[in-house]
Amino acid sequence: MDLLRFITAGSVDDGKSTLIGRLLYDSKSILADQLEALEKSTKNKENGEIDLALLTDGLRSEREQGITIDVAYRYFTTPKRKFIIADAPGHVQYTRNMITGASNASLIIVLIDARQGVVEQTRRHSIIASLLQIPHVVVAINKMDLVDFSQDIYNNIVIEYSKVAAQLGLKDVTYIPMSALQGDNIVEKSVAMPWYEGKALLNFLEEVELANDINLTDARFQVQYVIRPQTENLHDYRGYAGKIISGIYKKGDIVTVLPQQIETTISKLEIAGLEVAEVFAPQSVVIHLADDIDISRGDSIVKSDNLPATGNELEVLLCWLGDKPLQPGNKYLLQHNSRSVRAVVKEIAYKLDVNTLQQQEVNEAIKLNEVVKASIKTAAPLVFDKYDALNVNGSAILIDETSNSTVAAVLFN
Amino acid sequence: MHAHQLDYLQQLEAESIHIFREVAAQFERPALLFSGGKDSITLVQLAKKAFAPGKIPFPLVHIDTGHNFPEALAYRDWLANEVGATLIVRKVEDTIKQRNLTEPKGKFASRNWLQTYTLLDTIEEFKLDACIGGARRDEEKARAKERIFSVRDDFGQWDPKLQRPELWNIYNGRIHKGENVRVFPISNWTELDVWNYIKTEEISLPSIYFSHNREVIEHEGQLIAVSPFITIDENDTVLTKRVRYRTVGDMTCTAAVESTAATLDEVVNEIKATRISERGETRIDDKVTEAAMEDRKKNGYF
Repeated sequence: MDLLRFITAGSVDDGKSTLIGRLLYDSKSILADQLEALEKSTKNKENGEIDLALLTDGLRSEREQGITIDVAYRYFTTPKRKFIIADAPGHVQYTRNMITGASNASLIIVLIDARQGVVEQTRRHSIIASLLQIPHVVVAINKMDLVDFSQDIYNNIVIEYSKVAAQLGLKDVTYIPMSALQGDNIVEKSVAMPWYEGKALLNFLEEVELANDINLTDARFQVQYVIRPQTENLHDYRGYAGKIISGIYKKGDIVTVLPQQIETTISKLEIAGLEVAEVFAPQSVVIHLADDIDISRGDSIVKSDNLPATGNELEVLLCWLGDKPLQPGNKYLLQHNSRSVRAVVKEIAYKLDVNTLQQQEVNEAIKLNEVVKASIKTAAPLVFDKYDALNVNGSAILIDETSNSTVAAVLFN
Repeated sequence: MHAHQLDYLQQLEAESIHIFREVAAQFERPALLFSGGKDSITLVQLAKKAFAPGKIPFPLVHIDTGHNFPEALAYRDWLANEVGATLIVRKVEDTIKQRNLTEPKGKFASRNWLQTYTLLDTIEEFKLDACIGGARRDEEKARAKERIFSVRDDFGQWDPKLQRPELWNIYNGRIHKGENVRVFPISNWTELDVWNYIKTEEISLPSIYFSHNREVIEHEGQLIAVSPFITIDENDTVLTKRVRYRTVGDMTCTAAVESTAATLDEVVNEIKATRISERGETRIDDKVTEAAMEDRKKNGYF
């Protein structure tokens, strides 16, 4: 059984909470006592039937303010797959929350209200999906019950969204007409929409092909931690622990340690103390090298015939997540997986309008939720790939050293 | 499945090991909060694998309420010895005396809430900058929103509105002096994942997780073990039942479930079939207010 992480994007009005509630409810992931609590809350609100949206209702401070603060994670399992939902709210702080939730997702469900069609928010969510290169997109055309399950309306939305998808370069897009409220095309195929020939949502989520989402071609590994027990029987043991970012490594591979540029050979591979012949992404492993080289946390070990870029002047896309504004000249700590280096944001080339994708001139400091193209200089070289080519080795964060907050998502160009 | 594809448990394990190594690398004085329950036992197994063949490079800390199941304490001592880890035990009893705290009263007077004081004192005593805990996001809705690296202020408080964005697999563990980070390596595991992992890895558990005879009283539909820590009055009937525990907390606030499951396979099958959530079935303290966990977390609880 494998694992699918997906994100749902949309606002309360699109029926997002109802959709998630329906998935959990119909897949029998809601247990009796949780249901009982739900019935109790619903009764308080005096509207008869159980309100599935309440299942994803969060903290008291949120209920008091009627908003969703943050990304919440939900879990359910079917006989075919385990699912992790990142439930990101659609209100003003959408970019920060969506990026947090989307950064680990391999699929995004973009919700569209059938009565509204493609709106500004649909575009915004889709742009983030394209920026972060989420491999699979499901366009959930919801509230079909409110448009008499009309095939024409569905077709028009498909045509409309196809233009957005083409403009953004979204590759794998699937359209599903549904009514989350009534359960049409969620778990069971809808009787009311016999014209729809595709799968119901859950069935689609269970069967979407994930094998190609992990890059097994470009071998990338960063040292997280050096294991040196220094005990009597493990006196000379020195293993480089880390997670395989991408690709496959075998014993005997000729590798280069970067940024030191020293070539050596893999002498041994281990997982949890046991020797193995090969390791692959995303396993957590220990690598041993044939030569004694000075290696520490954050250094990369890559195959000599497939090298990433090494450099300290970078062109990046920054999604600004900080409350304090960004101005050229600001210094931060850049964390790229386990490597931390000082960095200065030199120039901001343009701002990206997240509604239209147009490039805008920058006249003022960059605020929360804005996306900009910038150049960065780091105090020590980074070993990286372009986000578009290999996102797992092409992303980083900026940390404000005075507040220690994470203030930006960095995508290398 | 593809030759180079991990199944879901292997993926979860790889993610958790990655988190453990980040903690060891980013912090000066981390510790693993060990309760004797299956979630923290799973943490120990993951930590063992993360640093093999070396030892776990941080101590196990147990905040002992004095209301523990003896079986869980015996297991704790055995496990610490088995993995060669330093075990630090700090007692709520001592905190109550030192700080003149008032013992909670009532039928099932729980020291659960008082643990927070002992925990915060222990953090200060050992200058711990990271505490690793076994909380899972599927347990409860406040937890569903908490980050894997969760920053706490000088008072151990969690502010859900000020959480750092947590992107990709990049963990920002930077803190100011006096602050600490709670780290939850099995955030993305569900109860069933933990059980399946215990089964796959053949991890031994305290005996109370398996069916045994026990004297209990029935209270509001839940079975509470007879112990010196609860008040039994004349309306209670002491019954001997065949039970097991689904979670292990204090004797005062953990309920048993009736069961004949004596092996891991049988337990996992029962968990799969159950229609009641773990907290709902076994935790007495969570029912008090709907936002009980949110409140406790804000005040420095795990």
